[in-house]
Formats: sequence, structure tokens, C-alpha cells
Amino acid sequence: MSLRTPPLHQVHRDAGAEFTDFGGWEMPVSYAGISTEHAAVRESVGIFDVSHMGEVEVRGPDATAVMDHLTTNAVADLEPGDAQYSCILNDDGVIIDDTVIYRYPDEDAYLFVPNAGHGTQMTDRWSTHAASLDADVTVENRTEDLGLVAIQGPDAIETVDAHAQDSIADVGRFSTIRTTIGDVECLVARTGYTGEDGVEVFFDADRSRELWGTFDDVQPCGLGARDTLRLEAGLLLSGQDFDPETEPRTPLEAKLGFVVDESKDDFVGKDALARQAETGPEELLVGIHLNGRGVPRNGYELYRDDEHLGHVTSGTMSPTLSEPIALGYVDADHASTGTEIAVEVRGRRIPATIVGQRFLDSLGGNGGDEASDGNDATDGTDD
Amino acid sequence: MSFDVPSDRRYLESHEWTTTDDPIRIGISAFAQDELGDVVFVELPDVGESIAAGETFGVVESIKAVSDLYAPISGEVTAVNEDLFNAPELVNEDPYGEGWMIEIDPDDDAAFEDLLSADEYREQIE
Repeated sequence: MSLRTPPLHQVHRDAGAEFTDFGGWEMPVSYAGISTEHAAVRESVGIFDVSHMGEVEVRGPDATAVMDHLTTNAVADLEPGDAQYSCILNDDGVIIDDTVIYRYPDEDAYLFVPNAGHGTQMTDRWSTHAASLDADVTVENRTEDLGLVAIQGPDAIETVDAHAQDSIADVGRFSTIRTTIGDVECLVARTGYTGEDGVEVFFDADRSRELWGTFDDVQPCGLGARDTLRLEAGLLLSGQDFDPETEPRTPLEAKLGFVVDESKDDFVGKDALARQAETGPEELLVGIHLNGRGVPRNGYELYRDDEHLGHVTSGTMSPTLSEPIALGYVDADHASTGTEIAVEVRGRRIPATIVGQRFLDSLGGNGGDEASDGNDATDGTDD
Repeated sequence: MSFDVPSDRRYLESHEWTTTDDPIRIGISAFAQDELGDVVFVELPDVGESIAAGETFGVVESIKAVSDLYAPISGEVTAVNEDLFNAPELVNEDPYGEGWMIEIDPDDDAAFEDLLSADEYREQIE
């Protein structure tokens, strides 16, 4: 199978990007270096080509019912222009993918964004379920013909406002508007995957160069910085922090219960989640801070004394904090904040502590408290 | 892009360099640090440990990759660049200078002949 390339591939190549294979796409991993790009987003603004993300459009009289059936959050509660983070489960309650659902501001239809490589799978899943429900909807995979760019950082709104016909500053978090940027018609959503304010912009893929060129004074950022940014913010990565094959997890284990609306009549995976909720999950996602030298990586084992507790799913040296941080799953009996554990790095056990997974708050003194710990709905799409 | 390859030292195909006059220092090349990207962690042997030519003596990690370090020659470690523990970015900033990793007392002074010359190494990375 050959890798797909985004419309901006040559633009990235000309900018000196290094590339990586991600979800079947050859995407930029970095331009100026991960640390530089990461700092740009934390301190000012950066721009990401995330055209590898899937886009699926759902229309028709039964669109809301089908969306509610196949995702965990309350789609019926969305007002026109609203966006919502959600999970897509199988019958066992295991997360197949996470997604952001956008209700278009000006039409009775939805756009949802599965992760890279999941566009076709989700289009098929929606079509199949719609047929079995005898639902009146049309499902269209728009992955190839929609471009998606994220502009993120404390200066992102100002940066976009300088080129947009309508003020983005007036658009609330997790809301969208249609406007034009330069001459390109866009759907602008105040969502992101970095822990910073910012937008994600959908547009006709044929206009990619024009849209990207509008922001040619903004630091381009690759998937490398996207990963360190989301990890510092405690946001999960589909295919790594959960995956139906390699890391099967329910939203309860992944601490994504806040996107599950148990009051809905029915949704795929509901019964399995209800059963797990009765006993409580056996393992839970936690944030981990290494107290010794080392860099935690996916697959590293976690211990408490001699007891095997779980494993790391994502880890890095935090560029903002200069501290080794990780997400991982541990035995639910030892998952509370402050628990002293160890991460095995190349055969050696490095002391570590379980901390709030929003590391910028829990380690960075950003004023976060444990009561607000865990993912929340301030961030949207992910890789 | 063309990378600096000082001609006063010898190289391994795996991108480590060694000086050939005292003190015998070992590090990684400008090409290698660029390939790795931002170096965030370096694991090195202790003073007094022996390292063997062609065997791993440590690990260098960037944000995106973990790489073993291979010893160009055999010997006993006489010094370790502890500055790298708090400032691993020195490997990126000055790979042939302040980014050095260890000093050794070589077992066999003739062993340098087995390594790549600067010209041979340059050919490999170009």
C-alpha cells in the first residue's frame, strides 16, 4: 500500500519538513525541530496541516438518531454550530475511535472527524448501521475533498481574525462559524488538540495552498509537536492510548466517562459500559511523572514495589516542563494521585509518582486542582 | 545539507566519533544529532566501567527516538560529561565540542586504524 499525501505535501517539502507515516499518510513530523514548534504553540501561535484526519458527513431526517446511536455523547443536545467530543464504541464498550462531531451552523447535518485512517471504516460503519436501523440518512466520506488545518496557541485567534471576514473572537469554545479566510470559504471551529486556545479550519482541499499561504508568517508545526503538546495537556491519542486491537479500553478505563451520556435510550456499547460501571473498571488511565532520569515510552512496564501495576501508553520528555511525563494504565486500586510507583526503563526501575494527567496544571503550577483533573471538553480532534 | 566532519578524528558507521589524541573523547556526529532531532536524555556508563569496541555503551534519546551508542574502541571510562545530564541539548548545539560524551583510556592504541576516516565517513552520509 502506498502512502497517501496531503495536498500540501510539496509545500511542506519545500519548507524543509521531515516526514513520517501516520495512519497511511505521509505527513510532516517537524520543520524547525519539535522543541521550537512546541514552544511556538505554547507561547504564541503555530499552524498544523492535519488533512490526514478523516471527515464524514451525515445528512437526512434521521441523522441525529444515527449519530446518537453510534457515539456516546448527547448529539441531540447540539445546537446549530456546536461541536462535541465523543467516543465511538463497539458492542463490548471498547473505544474504536474518538471523534469530534460538528453540527453545521447553517444546515441540518453533521460532520464528524475520525482519526487518520479511520474515514473509510467509519463511513462503512455508519452506512451499515443506518441500513439496519432503516434510517433515512446519507453518509459521505469527505476525507479526500476536505482540507483541515489547525491554528493553535495564545495568539491563534488574533492571527486568524486578521484574515477572516467574521470575528473568530466572538465564537465560543466548541462552536463553529462559516466565514472566509483570504478568499477561501471555511468552516472555522474553536477546537484543537494542543491544550491551547485556537481553531481548526475545514475547507475545500483544492484551496489548500491558498489557505496555508495566508498564514505563511506562522510557525508550521508537525506531528511531533502535535504529540508532545497533546500529551502535556493530558489528551489521549487514538491507536496508542486506546485501540480496539492493541489497547482495548472502555471510556471508563480511559477516564472519558464525561463524554458518555448514560441517559440516552440506547447507543452501541451502552450495556457493556453499564455492566462495567457496576463493578468499576479494573484498570484506570493515570498521569505519571518520573522522579529520576529517563524518558518513559509506549510499552514500558509500571510497578509498585514488586507488583506489576500496568504499562505506559504515551510518554515523552515534556518540552514545556523539562520533566519526563507519561500516560498509562494501572490497577484501579493503585490509581490515586500521589501513589509512588516505578517505571521500568531498559531493565531499571525509575521512581515515579501518579499525578493529574493534565501535566501543565499538575506539574506546571498552572493552578489546576485535582477536582478538575481528567480530560475535559476543551480540546477536540486528535490524530 | 552538508554536515561538519572534523578531520582530526575517526568515525563509526553508526555515527559515533572518537578523537585519536589524549584525551580520547567519544561523541556523536553533527549528522547524527540532526537525524535525532532535539536530544532530551543521555544515558552514559560510570567512570571505571569498561566499554568494548562495537558494543553499546549508552543511550541517546530525542523526543521522537531512542538510539543506542556504540563504542568506536575498547577501553576504560575515565570521565563522563555530566553536563549532558542537565543540558542534553549540548549534543545538538555542539556535537564535536561541549556535546562530547565520555573519555576513555583505550586498551589498544592501534585500534583507531579500524575506524572510518573523516573522508570515508563523509562519503557515507552524503
